[in-house]
Amino acid sequence: MFDYETLKFIWWCLIGFLFIGFAITDGMDMGVGGLLPFVAKKDVESRVVINTVGAHWDGNQVWFITAGASLFAAWPLVYATAFSGFYFAMMLTLFSLFLRPLAFDYRSKIDSLKWRTNWDKALFVGSMVPPLVFGVAFGNLLQGVPFGFDSLMRVTYTGSFLALFTPFTLLTGVVSVAMMLMHGSTWLVMRTDADVAQRSANIGRVVAVVLSLAFAIAGLMVWQSIDGYLVVSTIDTMGQAQPTIKEVTTSSGAWLNNYRETPLLWLVPAVGLVVPFLVALLLSIKSKSTSVKVFAFIGSSLTIISIILTAGIAMFPFVMPSSSVPNHSLLMWDTVSSEGTLGLMFMVVAFFIPIIIGYTLWCYKKMWRTVTIAEIEQNNHTAY
Amino acid sequence: MISEALVELSRWQFAVTALFHFLFVPLTIGLTWILFIMEAVYVMTGREIYRDMTKFWGKLFGINFAIGVATGLTMEFEFGTNWSYYSHYVGDVFGAPLAIEGLMAFFLESTFVGMFFLGWDRLSKRQHLMGTFLMALGTNFSALWILIANGWMQNPVGSEFNYMTMRMELVSFSEIIFNPVAQVKFIHTVAGGYVAGSMFVLSISSYYLLKGRDIAFAKRSFSVAAGFGLAAIFSVILLGDESGYEVGEVQRVKLAAIEAEYHTEPAPAAFTLIGIPDDEAMETHYAVKIPYALGLIATRSLDEKVIGLRDLQKAHEPRIRNGMIAYKYLVKLRNGEDTPENIAKFNETKQDLGYGLLLKRYTDNVVDATEAQIQMAVKDSTPPVAQVFWAFRMMVASGFIMLLLFCLAFYFNARRQIEQKRWLLKSILFALPLPWIAIETGWFVAEFGRQPWAISEILPTFLSTSSLEASDVLFSLIAFIVVYSILFVIEMYLMIKFARLGPSALHTGRYHFEQVPELTSGLRSQNS
Repeated sequence: MFDYETLKFIWWCLIGFLFIGFAITDGMDMGVGGLLPFVAKKDVESRVVINTVGAHWDGNQVWFITAGASLFAAWPLVYATAFSGFYFAMMLTLFSLFLRPLAFDYRSKIDSLKWRTNWDKALFVGSMVPPLVFGVAFGNLLQGVPFGFDSLMRVTYTGSFLALFTPFTLLTGVVSVAMMLMHGSTWLVMRTDADVAQRSANIGRVVAVVLSLAFAIAGLMVWQSIDGYLVVSTIDTMGQAQPTIKEVTTSSGAWLNNYRETPLLWLVPAVGLVVPFLVALLLSIKSKSTSVKVFAFIGSSLTIISIILTAGIAMFPFVMPSSSVPNHSLLMWDTVSSEGTLGLMFMVVAFFIPIIIGYTLWCYKKMWRTVTIAEIEQNNHTAY
Repeated sequence: MISEALVELSRWQFAVTALFHFLFVPLTIGLTWILFIMEAVYVMTGREIYRDMTKFWGKLFGINFAIGVATGLTMEFEFGTNWSYYSHYVGDVFGAPLAIEGLMAFFLESTFVGMFFLGWDRLSKRQHLMGTFLMALGTNFSALWILIANGWMQNPVGSEFNYMTMRMELVSFSEIIFNPVAQVKFIHTVAGGYVAGSMFVLSISSYYLLKGRDIAFAKRSFSVAAGFGLAAIFSVILLGDESGYEVGEVQRVKLAAIEAEYHTEPAPAAFTLIGIPDDEAMETHYAVKIPYALGLIATRSLDEKVIGLRDLQKAHEPRIRNGMIAYKYLVKLRNGEDTPENIAKFNETKQDLGYGLLLKRYTDNVVDATEAQIQMAVKDSTPPVAQVFWAFRMMVASGFIMLLLFCLAFYFNARRQIEQKRWLLKSILFALPLPWIAIETGWFVAEFGRQPWAISEILPTFLSTSSLEASDVLFSLIAFIVVYSILFVIEMYLMIKFARLGPSALHTGRYHFEQVPELTSGLRSQNS
């Protein structure tokens, strides 16, 4: 149907799509969990917050699982190298992710304030640690990661857990967390009322400004102080996945080359810089109409798309540059599965994603309402 | 060379996390259909008690489901974190079913599980029932793709090694889907889940009957579980996956280990009921045998032989030597000496490359292996027998006890005498752990019996690890054990609390603890 080169590019887009899907859906739940201690002052308010995502968090989390599994299927070397290289970071993420399903499901099963506030704390940790780690990990990808392969393609990683944290990667961690918090706040503004909605809007507009500023500073650092990577040999884009046979150098500002070559692409980061201010503006409106709330949420989603794409485009065709053996860097051309697997998986994704989006939207539509304190009190025993 | 400590710890961590995860999966697989049956009766008859049954067993299902979801995340990460060479070596083939599972199954299950719990007032009766059905369907699809992936590890069809990319690559996806090992494993595993779900409902209903509480509710739940469970246990036993042991060398090795069959016997072979396997002497001491039985079970014939471990090992030796040649040419090809001649020589021997890799445990170079090292690799080529032998017998014994209990439960339930048979109700209550014992030992047989391979005849387990320090994995293993223990305590606390409370947990005002407030107000006020 498509040639290998096209399939490789399609899969770069699809991996991006799945990670964006994860950030917009599961990221929203993580934002909500992160906002929980700040927007809910009493138990019933916590329940209001949690029940806005109660019916959806599990489905949303599957974006994350599917993105991970697709990485395994389409870019097995990235899956193998990143997950084992970032071992303790991944374990930290994993252990925090354990807390979310249990907090959602178990929190309201026992009518004890101590039990419930403990689960609220667990939900906060489970919601904030993963985006922080993902942000830090993304920063590390931009900086390059110390790994290399032996002749039988066994990967050795020479970094350490603490070395993951540099001023730049902490900044990308802030970008990631702010992104989720802004997104969660626009969701809560849409789905709650009274004090909870007001507090969400107050926090959301501050976070949105922080996000835009952090994103801008990260951009400046990529321009001035972070070395980008460059392939200097010719790439056989139709070739088999052999990531160790090319030549790569680093140079300052190289991550901006794609933007310099195609200036139209500057629109992508521009959205990520400007739209958060619009979101902040919309959240500042005192009496918000439905369309204002919806636009704020759409603006937040656009920001997420733009920020993830900005990083993806900057690095293209790199997905995981190696700082210790640059020639072993992983490109979206040479880290991929075979043509047969990419073709098969493309068809599977193309078939199922529309169906998934269809029934997911149906469920959101069915569950759509403003969650109020009165509703929670009425359904004391069935609500989360 | 890869440190033995790293390999051992990685294996332990995978075993601990996978076996722990699989405490919760079968109950989810089984309960979703039971919930669907109960809700379908409610929608067809409109009788409220069936809605209460759906909601109450659904509450217990939810407590189990949450921890299943949490621990399932580990499995998604762990191939990459701890088995990175495996992930690279087979990701092209093995990753696909996992990704398809996400797209086809997880999304469906997880999206509609939210509707199941919170959609009662927002969906019509039929819509909600359809949601429950889709949730159950998603759960079962999920099992299907996982077992297709696992079946490929046992019997790696439809794929080929590519020396340029240094990995296995997909050749025929339909062969992978219709892998006979995957098919029997799927049926055996989901039916095992149905048994677990049925036993769960049957045991807890027996508890209410023994206590004389909520009789109408308990009897109806008991009936559903007895019927569904009887069908399920028959499927598990009759469609047991021994029929998959005819296919593939490693499955044959596993069968010989299960039966502690060191010597090839003339057909039809006798079945060793019990005995003491001795890997050193390669003999089974004090064996109690049933004539002809093994030959019949394993080969479904009277004249086919079941080959013993001694002969299996003997046959592996030339393959190891052949694998050394394959390895020699692989190294040449990887070093750029990809002359047509070298490629041809490699292709002649590459089906034994995996056997050559077994030597990597003893020498990095493989081609310079000494005679003694080759003999050690030959010894390694079959799994330790005693563990597999005993685990299999525990599984089968649990299965047959459950078969008996389900038959009795079904019979006396049909004759409406079940309330009087207190000995049976008590037996069923205490039999609650049996499905889990059978399922966990069953997985142990399947995976431990596959050793020394991660992918049968292709990739040895010890080579599959990540390049981590043993201390890294020790640290994470301890963290898993501690955190999982805490999660387990919390889960069991809630499960036992709500199981004891029974349908009164629904706060409908119709059930036991809501009728005598002075006795139970303490219990009730703590729960919602």
